[in-house]
Amino acid sequence: MEDGENDGKRLVFVTVGTTSFDALVKAVVSENVKEELHKRGYTHLLIQMGRGIYSPPKDDGADGSLAVDYFTFSSSIADYIRSASLVISHAGSGSIFETLKLGKPLIVVVNEDLMDNHQCELAEELEERKHLYCARPHTLHQTLTKMELESLVRCAPGDGTPVARIIDRFLGFPDD
Amino acid sequence: MLSLVIVLVVRVLYVMYHCGKPFPKGASRSLTTLIVLGSGGHTAEMLSLLSVLRMDRFTPRFYIAAATDNMSLHKARSFEHSLADKPATKEASLQYTQIYRSREVGQSYVTSVWTTILATVHALWLMIRIRPQVILCNGPGTCIPLCVIAFLFKVVGIRWSSIFYVESVARVQKLSLSGLLLYKLRIADQFFVQWPQLQKNYPRAHYVGCLM
Repeated sequence: MEDGENDGKRLVFVTVGTTSFDALVKAVVSENVKEELHKRGYTHLLIQMGRGIYSPPKDDGADGSLAVDYFTFSSSIADYIRSASLVISHAGSGSIFETLKLGKPLIVVVNEDLMDNHQCELAEELEERKHLYCARPHTLHQTLTKMELESLVRCAPGDGTPVARIIDRFLGFPDD
Repeated sequence: MLSLVIVLVVRVLYVMYHCGKPFPKGASRSLTTLIVLGSGGHTAEMLSLLSVLRMDRFTPRFYIAAATDNMSLHKARSFEHSLADKPATKEASLQYTQIYRSREVGQSYVTSVWTTILATVHALWLMIRIRPQVILCNGPGTCIPLCVIAFLFKVVGIRWSSIFYVESVARVQKLSLSGLLLYKLRIADQFFVQWPQLQKNYPRAHYVGCLM
């Protein structure tokens, strides 16, 4: 797994997607999670908090602790993921695959408040295949203490050609 | 009256039987294609599929997204723009349209009667105008009225179309409601799933691996 290291900065990027997920934001800024991140050598925590109403306390990290910052939305989430050493994300397939494609270590946190909670299916399946870790807001600390990033397996990039081939054959187009 | 019903039933069964039957080789040149963008991850998956299709075969192209979805058509435009340096993509053969949704999250049921009528009329109007030969969709609900209308067009004989549905990569164990409808009612001519577990439960589906 790649590491977006520069000048000793090791960023943890947290993204909740287009909606809100205050339980995740609260979980990442809880003292024991911040402590564990700091212990693992991460220096910065940046949170994309979406429409959430809970604003975490900012911290410039001047005293050598974990620096904490947040914003609501950005059109360049990919740039943040690229510069991160660890991504903690909601369970949306867009964020998950964007992170995996960039080869970043990923913890997916499932939102238990969502009614139609099929999203945990994908996260759990990908965890089974060792592409990421899957947690709930209240188990995030536990997941962090147990995680071994070396054991994660890189996800093969997706491929639409099998679908395209079947569509072409069905419509009577010649194979190229 | 009875004979009319019988004729209709026979016709529906005939159409259902013929859906999913491939075209003979060399049957098609260039097909009017409707691409339904479902927002967020759905749109990303659809664009990933489009990037490997031979686009000259799927021309002209009509993109449709929900009226509340600001990003998808923008993404489709930039995708088409990235193709534009390749030959044979004329601007005139591309159209981008937003469609009303029958019900938004949290909308009251009383007003949703009115919005459902509006959405249906709008979908019908778009389908009459486009009369697609190919429909590419991958959920969520936005594609359902369009696919149902396309099926009715087949029954009535207005236009024969082939409907391709790719279930979202997020569905590992169970189909989405949209997917289930199109599969069970045999509205989708070809049905694709991205996980092997799903293919076991829905044997008419093609397992194609991850699009993303």
